[in-house]
Amino acid sequence: MLSPAEIEALLLSLRISAVAVLCALPVAIALAALLAHRRFPGKAIIDGALHLPMVLPPVVVGYLLLIMLGTRAPVGAWLLEHLGIRFAFSWTGAALASGIITFPFQFRAIRLSIEAIDSGIGDAAKTLGAGVFDRFVNLTLPLALPGIIAGAVTAFAACLGEFGAIITFVSNIPGETRTLPLAIYSALQSPGGEVEAARLSMLSIALALIGVTLAEFADRRIRVFAGR
Amino acid sequence: MSISVRIRHDFGGFELAAKFAVDKPGITALFGPSGSGKTSIVNTIAGLLRPQEGNIVIGGETVLDTQSGIFVPPQQRRVGYVFQDARLFPHMSVEHNLRFGWRRAPIPAEESEFGRVVSLLGLDALLTRRSVKLSGGEKNRVALGRALLATPRILLLDEPLAALDAARKAEIMPYLEKLRDEAKLPMLYVSHSLDEVAQLADSVIIVKDGQTVAQGPVFEMLADLDISALTGAPSFGAVIDTRVSAHHDADGLSVLSFDGGELIVPLLRRDIGQRLRVRIRAEDVMLAAEEPRTISANNVLLATVTTLRESGSTHADVQLQCGKARFVARITRASAHRLGLNPGMPIFAIMKSVIVDPQAHTVAP
Repeated sequence: MLSPAEIEALLLSLRISAVAVLCALPVAIALAALLAHRRFPGKAIIDGALHLPMVLPPVVVGYLLLIMLGTRAPVGAWLLEHLGIRFAFSWTGAALASGIITFPFQFRAIRLSIEAIDSGIGDAAKTLGAGVFDRFVNLTLPLALPGIIAGAVTAFAACLGEFGAIITFVSNIPGETRTLPLAIYSALQSPGGEVEAARLSMLSIALALIGVTLAEFADRRIRVFAGR
Repeated sequence: MSISVRIRHDFGGFELAAKFAVDKPGITALFGPSGSGKTSIVNTIAGLLRPQEGNIVIGGETVLDTQSGIFVPPQQRRVGYVFQDARLFPHMSVEHNLRFGWRRAPIPAEESEFGRVVSLLGLDALLTRRSVKLSGGEKNRVALGRALLATPRILLLDEPLAALDAARKAEIMPYLEKLRDEAKLPMLYVSHSLDEVAQLADSVIIVKDGQTVAQGPVFEMLADLDISALTGAPSFGAVIDTRVSAHHDADGLSVLSFDGGELIVPLLRRDIGQRLRVRIRAEDVMLAAEEPRTISANNVLLATVTTLRESGSTHADVQLQCGKARFVARITRASAHRLGLNPGMPIFAIMKSVIVDPQAHTVAP
């Protein structure tokens, strides 16, 4: 049904999206927990900066990554020389770009769900002897779980569709950075590739439907768990 | 276990200034109208509010001293807190809620203590239930158990009954009375309800406009004319600590005795010798200079006038002493003149009605 190259693109897409979401998730939770319920000068600026990837053209994000992390760019060269980490023209670079672009989806959903937790419950936990970390692990995380799942699923779906930042930063290398959207684009560029493009598009639509259904199911189960 | 509190905090236009000490187990009511600062006072004791100035000592440990910069965070104070809205953890079962503080106590209570609190509060059937599925009264009982099981040094109760309807209040009241009578730890009970204070408290601290203005035993405070003038509330009447001394089943009456005489009330389902608090409203007391022999009222006591105070434009409040019990009669000023009332004068007090906890007529706790 699918050609080996198409299966490769599908698996690559899933892997890049999963890595991107899982790596960005702890950062999103930590920043959301720090920024929720807290007021300090400059909060609006930090908040705006964290939402920037959502509103910037993805090509700009890809370009910025390229001039920072390209093999001859200062940071990229240092990472390659000292830690052996290479982002440019590698699937890890695609995951990094997707993770940055979709970070605001996770951050926003998690922060909203943390802010929705009644602060009185935290006070009750304090009087029962629970310290900061204890309250974070046993109250904040479980009560924010619906938001965490929702944010992660939305970000995963958005990762699957990422195109501009990936093609700008890590190019379109089959088996390395050619994800589904890039494969569709390549198929359309080659003569007689319309059928392949259509098939891959159908695949994308099916993936999206599965994702949405899973998210809905998980959300319902978790709402029961969290007692909402 | 004792507690002493001296705090001052300026909320910008509203100044909180509280100073009091409690050195006995039992219930001390913080009584005052809504907005008088009662909750802020208990929040400083729990450590949820850090006052600008002050000193709080709980069981010999200084948990707050602004001069030397001591501030023990709430999670290290071992102060139990029962909030008005229960604040159970919605994602946990009743049992997990109950064990939350128990697990975190520096010296956790024995497992047998868990069973004891569960049965004291009638929670056995609720343990596996999800806390969000409970009724309002059940939630408050779980919150009470959760606070007790954290082995606190002092228990703060912030209007735990205010959000409940009359039936739910009646459901919780006996548990609070049991807790009071066990007298294991001092409890500060925030309330603006005179009924609750009269039924539950051993002593009362009056809070007015952010200040603690008076403190004393409930039986004296509620019959004190100065206190009713302070709070601006109508005269309290009286709370009398009695014991059930006899039942006359044929007449459908029970006799309650107290230091100062006996009171006759409709038949109670309580054992002889059991303690029972009764309230007598100032409006329900009539005065007579001579002993009224032919009268329908059952309760006529010989008392002594101790204080007289004019109340409003037409009334006078008369404080009476009968043995150790104090109560108040509210009569018209014209009557007071006609009777020629003076402090020290003996007088017959006729009680039109004696208020008994309605549960005493039906079930034994």
